[in-house]
Amino acid sequence: MDALLLSFRLAACVSAILLLIGLPLAYWLAYWNWRGKFLLEAIVAMPLVLPPTVLGFYVLVALGPHGPIGKITEALFHRGWAFTFTGLVFASVLYSFPFTVQPLIASFEGIDRRLLDASAVLGAGHFRTFANVILPLSVPGIVTAVVLSFAHTLGEFGVVLMVGGNLPGITRTVSIDIYDHVQSMEYAAANRMALLLLLVSFTVLSLVYGVNRKFGRRMWASWATR
Amino acid sequence: MGIVGHEITSVTLSVRVRKARTGREHSNFVLDVALEVPPGITIIFGPSGAGKSTLLDCIAGLIRPDAGKISLASELLLDVAANLHVPPQKRQIAYVFQHLALFPHMSVERNVAYGLQTLPPPQRATRVNLLLQAFHVEKFAARKPDQLSGGERQRVALARSLAASPRALLLDEPLTALDAGLKKSIMDDLRRWNAEQNIPILYVTHSRDEVDALGERVIALDRGVIVGSGAPQDVLEAPRRSALAQAAGFENLLTGQVTEIREADGVMRVRLQDSSLEIETPLGYAAPGSAVRVAIRAGDILLAIERPHGLSARNVFAGKIVALEPRGAMFVAQVSAAPPGGVVFTVHLTPGAKRALELELNRDVWLVLKTHSCHLLDQ
Repeated sequence: MDALLLSFRLAACVSAILLLIGLPLAYWLAYWNWRGKFLLEAIVAMPLVLPPTVLGFYVLVALGPHGPIGKITEALFHRGWAFTFTGLVFASVLYSFPFTVQPLIASFEGIDRRLLDASAVLGAGHFRTFANVILPLSVPGIVTAVVLSFAHTLGEFGVVLMVGGNLPGITRTVSIDIYDHVQSMEYAAANRMALLLLLVSFTVLSLVYGVNRKFGRRMWASWATR
Repeated sequence: MGIVGHEITSVTLSVRVRKARTGREHSNFVLDVALEVPPGITIIFGPSGAGKSTLLDCIAGLIRPDAGKISLASELLLDVAANLHVPPQKRQIAYVFQHLALFPHMSVERNVAYGLQTLPPPQRATRVNLLLQAFHVEKFAARKPDQLSGGERQRVALARSLAASPRALLLDEPLTALDAGLKKSIMDDLRRWNAEQNIPILYVTHSRDEVDALGERVIALDRGVIVGSGAPQDVLEAPRRSALAQAAGFENLLTGQVTEIREADGVMRVRLQDSSLEIETPLGYAAPGSAVRVAIRAGDILLAIERPHGLSARNVFAGKIVALEPRGAMFVAQVSAAPPGGVVFTVHLTPGAKRALELELNRDVWLVLKTHSCHLLDQ
């Protein structure tokens, strides 16, 4: 059970952080055109094609005592992030990046540009337009972004193994736990855990999609008029 | 944004802009205009693609012109040479878009209040009520835009745009979809409102009926340039000056002599430019033997590769392609009507038509012209 709770804690942290970073970044990518934009787009999409072990490996190196991030964390906190929960969150944020940013970009780009023009000619600056028009009209996209990054983090394995290792209660997530059980031929325990993860994931996803579909419009409408 | 009371001001909107638009939609389109908009309604009339919305977007600050200056009263809003570009949210110019762009997630009340963020809430509510009443939509304050009829939405859009006492108002074909009665009642409300405010209002339309109904000063815009301005009847009657006709898209300006008048059919025959070629035109105020000028749009002339049968068009004659060149997304052909050495017509073709008919230089073709595509110009 520790592993399951840890996985959920990790997924919740990651999707919350990703939403905070993803909103401004997606806004920037959706509405601003500049020459080097394609490079950033490629970087954002990279975790989609990279094997998790490649990503995990570089993150591990970066977090290590001689890596760029490791040096900073050593200086600030006198310890590295490798094989810690914080390190795991850091790696998972990178790994799930496209799953937050892409739906947000799609959602922002789907908004009628004339609504943004209307907001501007009515005196609203970029921030007010973002808060009052773009955000409320993007609620379904935001829900999708959060669910996808949550689910993706919940199911990750390679990155966690590389960066977190297998420390019970600290970095031992469900997927590692299941792998561990299978390695030790404890199929019953593996099955218990796997089934639990399957059911919980299915329930969470169908709840969110069901709610989003049935009350989506009303949900964002009432939220926006509050 | 300052919300002023009801002081009567007299501001003029002065616009001089140049904006080239590129891309598939508008190939080689250049908007190049200079106009003064005094307080009251001024109509910008022109066909779709004339650059009307581009002009309004420039004035509102939503797109940056390549060159020019825009000022309102004595304040400069844009001066490309001086790199001055006041952003749209600071211009205090209201803009009602063609599709209105009401915020779908907000009630009517919140839509109208959107431009009033700087007012304290009690004053904001008073102001919103005043606007809702002035445009007769107070009943719908709590509704969402998708729960309103077309006319009600137009009224809400007007109320929203005028809430913060803008210094000018831009209307992009806002009433086109409405019936005449509704249109008149909304315009009456707008006139009543503006009797107090007295701001310059630019009303863009492509509909002649609307111009006639509004009966205000008209500026005619075609292909990015102003081709006439003044009272509607002066601007909109069949083009009177050949310079205007050329600019208004009549590539073929021909002189001729009336040979026959058929009053009963409402047509007459005109022999063109000392040739033996005769065409049928609508009846004009001209006696047999008198000289007339005929204007024909290059896009109104059809080409056929065989003699066409069973057509309603009255003017069908043989010719030969003497020049053919691409221009932007289309082709421009010069077709010499038989006998050779006579009248040469300019004809616009789409690449698809050129391909389908395998049109090329020196190809023999048939020219087809509807009687009513031949416009008579006054001398």
